[in-house]
Order: sequence, then structure tokens, then C-alpha cells
Amino acid sequence: MAAPKVAFLLLNLISILPLLVSSFSPDRPTDRRILVVLDDLSLKSSHSLFFSSLKSRGFDLDFKLADDPAIAVKRYGQYMYDGLILLSPSTERFGGSLDVEGVLDFVDSGHDLIVSADANASDLIRNIAAECGVDFDEDPSAVIVDHSSYAVSETEGDHTLIAADDFIQSDVILGNKKIEATVLFKGIGHSLNPANSMVLKALSASPSSYSTNPSSKLSSQPPSLYGTAISLVSVVQARNAARIMISGSLDMFSNRLFRAGVQKSGSLNKYEKSGNEQFITELSKWIFHERGHLKAVNLRHNKVGESEEPSMYRINDDLEFSVEIFEWSGSSWVPHVSKDVQVQFYMMSPYVLKTLSTNGKGLYHTSFKVPDVYGVFQFKVEYQKLGYTSLSLSKQIPVRPFKHNEYERFITTAFPYYGASFSMMAGFFIFSGVYLYNK
Amino acid sequence: MATQETSQSATFRHAFGNVLSFAVLLLIGVMAFSIRLFSVIKYESVIHEFDPYFNYRVTQVRLVFVYGIFANSFLRDQFVYPLGRVIGGTVYPGLTLTAGTLWRILNSMNIPLSVETVCVFTAPVFSAFASLATYLLTKEIKGAGAGLTAAALLAMVPSYISRSVAGSYDNEAVAIFALIFTFYLYIKTLNTGSLFYATLNAIAYFYMVCSWGGYTFIINLIPMHVLLCIVTGRYSPRLYIAYAPLSLNVVSIRMLNITFRREKAASSQASSLISEVKLGIVRVVMVVLGTLLAALVPVVGFNAVMTSEHFASFLGHAANLQMSFSNSVVFIIIHVVALVYYIKGILSPQMFKVAVTLVVSVGMVVCFAVLAVLIALVASSPTKGWSGRSLSLLDPTYASKYIPIIASVSEHQPPTWPSYFMDINVLAFLVPAGIIACFFPLSDASSFAVLYIVTSVYFSGVMVRLMLVLAPAACIMSGIALSEAFDAENFLIKAGDTTKVTQNDVKHEKSEDTIKERSSRKSKKKDKENIERPSLVSQVEKRLLVLPLETSVIAVFLLVLLGAFYVVHCVWAAAEAYSAPSIVLTSRSHDGLHVFDDFREAYAWLSHNTEVDDKVASWWDYGYQTTAMANRTVIVDNNTWNNTHIATVGTAMSSPEKAAWDIFNSLDVKYVLVVFGGLVGYPSDDINKFLWMVRIGGGVFPHIKEPDYLRDGQYRIDSQATPTMLNCLMYKLSYFRFVETDGRGFDRVRNTEIGKKHFKLTHFEEVFTTHHWMVRIYKLKSPRNRIRGKTKKSKSKSGTSTSSKRSGTRKKNPWQ
Repeated sequence: MAAPKVAFLLLNLISILPLLVSSFSPDRPTDRRILVVLDDLSLKSSHSLFFSSLKSRGFDLDFKLADDPAIAVKRYGQYMYDGLILLSPSTERFGGSLDVEGVLDFVDSGHDLIVSADANASDLIRNIAAECGVDFDEDPSAVIVDHSSYAVSETEGDHTLIAADDFIQSDVILGNKKIEATVLFKGIGHSLNPANSMVLKALSASPSSYSTNPSSKLSSQPPSLYGTAISLVSVVQARNAARIMISGSLDMFSNRLFRAGVQKSGSLNKYEKSGNEQFITELSKWIFHERGHLKAVNLRHNKVGESEEPSMYRINDDLEFSVEIFEWSGSSWVPHVSKDVQVQFYMMSPYVLKTLSTNGKGLYHTSFKVPDVYGVFQFKVEYQKLGYTSLSLSKQIPVRPFKHNEYERFITTAFPYYGASFSMMAGFFIFSGVYLYNK
Repeated sequence: MATQETSQSATFRHAFGNVLSFAVLLLIGVMAFSIRLFSVIKYESVIHEFDPYFNYRVTQVRLVFVYGIFANSFLRDQFVYPLGRVIGGTVYPGLTLTAGTLWRILNSMNIPLSVETVCVFTAPVFSAFASLATYLLTKEIKGAGAGLTAAALLAMVPSYISRSVAGSYDNEAVAIFALIFTFYLYIKTLNTGSLFYATLNAIAYFYMVCSWGGYTFIINLIPMHVLLCIVTGRYSPRLYIAYAPLSLNVVSIRMLNITFRREKAASSQASSLISEVKLGIVRVVMVVLGTLLAALVPVVGFNAVMTSEHFASFLGHAANLQMSFSNSVVFIIIHVVALVYYIKGILSPQMFKVAVTLVVSVGMVVCFAVLAVLIALVASSPTKGWSGRSLSLLDPTYASKYIPIIASVSEHQPPTWPSYFMDINVLAFLVPAGIIACFFPLSDASSFAVLYIVTSVYFSGVMVRLMLVLAPAACIMSGIALSEAFDAENFLIKAGDTTKVTQNDVKHEKSEDTIKERSSRKSKKKDKENIERPSLVSQVEKRLLVLPLETSVIAVFLLVLLGAFYVVHCVWAAAEAYSAPSIVLTSRSHDGLHVFDDFREAYAWLSHNTEVDDKVASWWDYGYQTTAMANRTVIVDNNTWNNTHIATVGTAMSSPEKAAWDIFNSLDVKYVLVVFGGLVGYPSDDINKFLWMVRIGGGVFPHIKEPDYLRDGQYRIDSQATPTMLNCLMYKLSYFRFVETDGRGFDRVRNTEIGKKHFKLTHFEEVFTTHHWMVRIYKLKSPRNRIRGKTKKSKSKSGTSTSSKRSGTRKKNPWQ
């Protein structure tokens, strides 16, 4: 009686197991299970709009307090989550086994991360951010102050709630719909290394903003961060396509700022609702790979007129090349349409560089002539575009020279030589005959 | 009756002598084979060193295909990534064809040997053949006795052993046989005037061309000899027969080759009229035998044979033009001479005189015109028809001055005096005696032998590797010397006990015998010599008779002793000096024998732990081995046809880590292999070769400067070394973690403590180091997934430290 039950349980377990272990995969890039680490469980309700938007998009959220001793992202070498949201700016140390290295390993194994700092950001959060290329202002008491583009409110205030509208110009990251309203931000700023090509300013501060302690007097020294060098929200796309969002404000995720009306100082436009919800939602869509995740499949090449892929080309062969590129729409792969995908025929340097033409159904193709150089070539598709995951495909293919019998057998310029040879041979033959038999 | 009896006994003696010499030859062959087996017995049946691995690989791969594909086989990814390499066009096919055929024959006889076994034993087998060929050649020059002695000497001459021990599967293995055999057939043709031998000669020469770049030696030596014969008034129709077909052969191969290449060029762009005219002139020479040859040779392709720039061929691909130049000149001269002799025969003296003046005046004009064209031909080639390697033959310092890549090979250095003693031993003392013996009497054949020894001595002085060409010549000469000496001494000893009359009879008979033989073989023209010879012999006899018996006995004893020393030396050389496969090393110390099998350990690691497509970068010495043993693609290998490519690797090795990483990454390299001898004292490691990498790299990329790596002109790796040296990739990869072995990092090759002991690698990670640290393999780290920000990671948790973390001045390194 008990045996079938056990077997059933086992079967269940076995059927669950793949679900458990299936983490981020290139075929289904959407992350489904997200660990949300909070300072305080009250955030769960105060930021519920943000969380419910995630839930409505099909994510499982697992809320944990930062000092929860059971906090862990990994068990038996498998990641239990596909994404991590750290809304715990003041945590000095996670409970359980998670630490900075743990979080970074999580990212390095291809998972996504949203980190939010705040005015009292801990070293832990700062370190995580720094490891991702984001340097928060090192003065722990400094916040962003902007006396010209602050959010107008009833009280004069200290202008730390600022209205930012300098978004990154990318439909991929922020969606097709333009964000009309300004975004409310209250928190600390950070700077990026301009040489770092992976990190992008998703939301920049205005030229008049600076980072200082609002309660203290301005010193004669210029503030460490000021102007457009300040980034308020940054996104990172790591080489393994893991995406990271780092924000200096915890409040910008909150229901309060989501719902708040906004009027930027000096501007007559007053919006009923701030742009925060749209901005955060669209950005989180990008972060969790609902947009801008490309895959390239079926890299094919063949000689013109043939369909089989050869193991080797000959110099000056005409070939056809095709590749299919799809984009993840959040639920399925849709054709990616673009006019700027290029293929290189590469051996230490590109010998051929061609823009691929597309049929609008994901298929990109071109044809070209193999250069007059033999060696081991590669078909290379290097597609790196703002917001999209980078495509880097290469396929090795040797190119051989002509065989001895593939040259033209008779060429016009050489006719004198053929004539010389054959007349000589004929002459010799006739001479021998005459000499031998004509005595 | 008496004459019949004597002739009967003579035939009997002849038969007996033939059987005896056959038995002796057989034994010599067995000895030649077995003396080369030390390497198999002491180590194992493996292929040695570097180049043989490539040959082995080619044999292996080609056996899969059909013969004809050889010329076209483009071994794809395996060799010299990413430039590729056309095997047919860069390799002498002779060796691999030979071994492949051998393997096929054995297999068809149901003797299932592996390809490797056949390759390993090809060289010993062919050295037995070479002994046979030496016997035949020397017999043509000075008779059977000298032939046997020379064959015995050649069978064990250390110079030849060094290149033909079992496992040394290199071109020289078959080429020396081909060289001697070609010379034999030339002399045979010269002595007999037979067209049959002339044809054989042409074929043997063709085999030589297929096998080794040293064929240029033959094709320069023979015209020189022909010229010598003509100048000394020894022109005969036999000479013409011996030379003309061969020369035609050569010229036609060359012409075919040139036209082939030109046609290739012409197919892409119209060749100019001038070059057509030039070609037309030389093309006329290509006649019947050329087409015959073209029919003889399968589609191996002249291009494959002739355009090879295989580095292993030290005589190399000497300029085609200069070769055809010397050949054509001699060719024309011999025709003129032949014509003159012919006309002299059919005309009356007066008419002849008139004809001479006419022909000379016309001939001068024509000659000048032809010369002018030929000189223009030579001058029109960019290097004046001289390739770097041929120039270094004439000027030994040329390569080291201008071409570091040639000079970096130790085989291309001029030899030291001890190497003569090591490689030809007592032969060095016997050669002069042999030369003298060749002048008594001077025949066409012996003059050839003299010419051979003289030229080969010169060439061996230029490059240590050419010692190999000298060895057969030295053996022939010494064989002649020894056999002549023994003849004389034996004769004296006999003369001591027997009466003078019988002795004289025997001697006379003998000499008559030889004369008869010779005169029957040669044409009637030797009348003059016939008269001279007995008198000369008797003169020599008289002179020698002065020596007393005891002296002769002592002399014989001393000669035997000399030979014994030679044998002892040769066996020692074969057993100790030359049989190490250099892939497995041994060292003897107080606690017994140590075996260093690190190379195979490393290659096995590579083949088991890396992806099939991974590329391995190393200095070019290890390219062939990596290809053959690890079965991985290499960036450069021992065939150095692309200097820039090697220079790129040299530059990477001499650059700091980051720059090196960039270079290697751009070449798709996954692993870097370095050979390091500092732990066990293996002197030919990469640190010792490093200056060559710097030089070769600097030759193409001028930012690598040799003085940066030298402290006051001295190459050192200790604390006095320059920062450039201590930071270059080669230093780092060699000495990474080295200090952990003994605590202070003492390099046993350089006998010094290393300069920089504790350092980390940022762009490379060590993945494998062999047991004795002789081979170290590193992997290129992939670029970081994220790029870190400026802020330093704080170790302390205290909030106060945050303000001290400001590090604005620190230069940002995105890789850290």
C-alpha cells in the first residue's frame, strides 16, 4: 500500500526537479523566481505597486528579510532564483550564507539583479554597486540636491526630491512609449567610469544638481559629484547578458512616488501621476529580459547553387550566408528586424564585411565571394547594439587554394609556349623518322 | 692451356670474391640497420624531435587519402592557424611517399605494421641502402675493396647516424641514400656511356628532388664536374650522355615550374611581353625529356616540389634562376664542345680552321647575347636571384646579420672544430690520403670524388647541418685511402714472404685484369691510359718496396687500431650521443637514472583536457609536436614560411601580460604552452630561446627592442634583469609560482636566483604543469563579466573607513 505512494512521491519529485533546476536559459530567458530582500517588511506594503506589477507579469516573488538566517540563493550548487531584488539599502550584512561574493556570483552565472541604495546606504550595497561599475558618492550623508529642477510641492523643502527627465534614449530599454511625466527621485547619486562600456545611465541628473549633505552648509570646495556626471539610475549588461539595475533611491519604487503628481520647478506642465511607475516597470521588463534579448540560430552558409554546407571553401567561391535572429518578447521568440546586422569573413582581420538583408521573418542573408586568400576563416556576426544582448557568433571555415587541376588548362597568353613545346616534339619525331629510315 | 687455367682460377676467384663481397655487404647492411636501433632499445619506438612529427603526421593523414591528393592536401585547421598551409606546396613528398609505399607494400604482404613503426624504421633501412649505394659508387671510383671499406665506414659514421637513428623520420633519412645513389648513377653513366644508366640517373635525381632541398648540391656539383672535365680536356661522348639528360631534366623541371607559376600569375593578370620573351628563350630548352618526365611523374605537381620553402631544407630553395643560369651555361658549353668535336671529325684540317674562325666570331656574338639575356634574367629578380639561405651559404655571417629567423636555428650555425671530430672522427685524417689516392691515377670518376669532397668540406664549414653531406664524401675518401693502404701493405707483407717472381705475376695479372675490365667497359679512347697505367703501377711498386716488412706489419696494425677506434667511437656516438629522442629525456645522477617524460605528459594533457578546436600557442619549436601528439591546432610551427606570423608570437611572448593577452586573443588562442627547464636544469627551454623571440618579434614590430631585455648587453633573469624582462609574458609564464618549489626560486639552468619571485597573473591562469615543470600550460582568462568601479572594496565594516576609500588618483585598470 505504501510502496505506490512512495513511488508517486518520487515521481512527483522527479517531475518537480527539472522545474527547480531550470534557471535562466537561453531558450526561455525570462526569469520566473525572484528573491526580494527587504530591510523591513513594511516595504512589502509601501512598495506594493512595484511588486504587484511584477507578479502580474508572472513572476514568483519570495520576500525575505535581509537578516533572515535562511536567506540563500543557492542550494546544492543550483540557484533557486532567477532574479534578485535588493531593496535593503541599510543592511550591513545579510543573514544566512549570502554575501557580496554570493551576489556577484549570482550575477556572473547569468542572473539579474536590482539594487537600490538610499541615503543611508551600507558598505555592502556600495560594494555590490562598485563591483558592477557604479560608484556611489562616498560621503555617507550626501544626497542629491537640485535647486532648479526639483519637484514642486506644498512645502518649500530642501529640494532633495528631484524631478528628473533625462532618460536614456533607447526604446529597447525603456519601451516604445515615451515617458511623458518626470520621474521623482530622492536619494543618493553615483558616478560611472566613462571608459566602462557596460554600464549605462538610465536616468541622469540635471546639470544643476549636485551631491551634498543638505543639512550642512556648502563648503567652498566643489561637491564631489555634480551636474550631468551624476547618474541616478544605471543599468549594466554584463558580458554574459546578466542585467543589473542600480538606483540611488529606494523611494522611487514606493507607492507614494508612483502615485504622486509631479510638477517640475520652472515648468508649467503638471502631471497627475509621476513617471516613476512607467519608468520602473519598463526598466524592470528590460532587466528581466522581457525585452532586448536576442538569439541567433541557424547560422548557415553554402555555395551558391548548393544547399549543403561544405566543410571547406575554395578561394573565389561564391557563397551564401544566412542567420536567423529572434528577440524574446516575454512569452515567445519573435523575429528581430533590423537593417544593420553585418557579417564578417574574418581571418585576423575582416576580409569581407557585408550588411545582411532581412526578410522580416528573422532570416538574415547575404552572398559574397570568398577572397583570393587561403587560410582558416571565420564567419563572424558581432552584433552589439544599445539595449540588446550582444550577439557574437563565429563559425570556423577553412578556405583552400586551387587544386593543381583547377587552374585553367589552356590560357591564351601561354599559346606561344604550347606551340613551342608541341612543334619541338613533332619536329623531333619527324627528324627521328627521317634520320632512321631515310638512309 | 695455361691461360685457360689462369682464367678459370680467375673466374673462380672472381666468383668467390663476389660471394664474399655480397656477404660482407649484407653484414654491413645489417650493421647499418642495427647500430641505429639504440634509440629503440634504450628508449622506445617513438618518433624523435620536431620535424619528424610533422612528417609522421603528413604520412598518417595522406595514407587516408589517395596518392594524387598529396599535392593538393590543404591540412586545414591543424597547421599554422589561421593562415593555413598547403601541405603539397610546402613539403618534400619523397619521404612520406617512400614510407607510405613501404607501409602499403608491407600491408599487402599481410605484415600488419602501424604507420608509426614503419616511419620509425624507415631511416635505418635507408641507411643500409645508403651503405650499398656507397659501395657501388666507390667501386666505380676505385674498385670493390675501396667500395666495401667505404660502405662499412658509412654504415657507422656518426654524422649520418645523428640524422638516421630509428625514429628520426626526417627528409635526410632517405635523401642521403638518394644523394649517393644519384652520384653512383652519374659515375656509372660516365664510365659506361650507357643511356640506360643516364635515364636511371635522371629518375634517381628526380627522387632526390622529391626528398630534400639538398638536391641543389647535386645539380651544382655535376655541372661543376662537367666543366672541370671539359676544361681539363677530358670531354667525351660519355660525359655528354651522363650530363645532358640530367641537365635537361633539371632544366625542364625548372621551366615547367616557372611556367606553371607564371601561368598562374598570368591567369590573374596578363603577364608582360618581356617576361614572355624571356620565358620563350629558356622554354626552348625544354624538349623531349621534359615531356617524358612530365609523363613519368604523377600529378604530384612541379609546383609542390619546386616552390617549397620548407625550412628544414637548409640548402633550401636556392634561387631557381641562378640554378638554371649555371646549368644553362654548362649545358651550352657542353653542346658547343660536342659540336666542335663532331665537326673536327668530318672536316679536313683546313676547312676546320676556317670553320673555327667563322664559328668563333659568330659564336662570340651569340654567346654575349645569351649571356646578356641570362644576366638580365638573374638581375631582374628582386634578390638578384639569391635567397637568404643560399646567401648564408656563401657568406656564413649573412643570416645572423640579417635574418634572425634563420640564425636562430642552431643547425644553421657554423660548426666548431670538435664537431668535426665528433661527427666524422678519424675520417678527418684519412680524407687527405684518400684525395691523394684519387690522383693515382686521376680518372673522371675519381676527379668527381675529389670535387665532391672539396665542395662538401666548404659547405660543412658554413652550416653544421651540412656535415651530413660531407660524411658520405669523407667515407668514400677514407674508404679509398684505407683500402689503398691495406692493398699496399698486404702486398708488401706478401712480398716479404713469397718470392718476387710469383708476387709480380699475381700483381701483374691483377692489374691486367682490372685494366681489361676497365677498357672493356670504357670505350677505346682510354688507350693512352692503358700505356700509362702499368708503368705507373710499377713505379708505385718500386717506391713502396723500399719499406721493410716490420714497418708494413706495424702500419697494418696501426691502421686496424685506427679503424677499431673509429668503431668504438661510432658505437658510443650511436648509443649515447645521438639516440635520445629529445621527447623523452634522461639524466643520470647519484641516485640512479631519471626519466623526464614531461613533453608527452603535457601533450597528453592537452589532448584529453581541451576542446578539439582550441588553439595552442607556443614557440614554433613545439608546433609540430603539439600538432602530432596533442592533436591541437597551433599558431606557428617548425615550418617558418611566414615570418610575420612567428614574429607576432615572439612579440606576444616579449610583451607584458595585457598586450600579450590582446595578441593571443586576436589569434583565438586558448592555451599558451611554455617549456621551462629551470627546475630540472633542461637547458634548451624557452627562457634560453627567448632572445630569439625578441629579435624575431622586433624584426617585424619595432616597438620590441632587444636592448630593453638586456642589462648592459647581458641577458639575465636575476635581480639585475631589466623591468621589461621581468614583466614580459615569457618570464611570467616560466617563473610563475616557481618560488614555491624551493623557497627562493633558484634557476638551475641559469644558475641564479630569479629576479621577481612573487607575482600574480591577471590575464592568464595556470592550468597544467608537468611533473618536472618542464612544460607549463596556461589558459587565457576570459574577459571579466563585469567591469568594476573605481571604489576600492573595503575590507572593514566600519563606517569611518569609507571616507578614506577615495582613490581618485589611482589609474583605472578595467581588468582588475
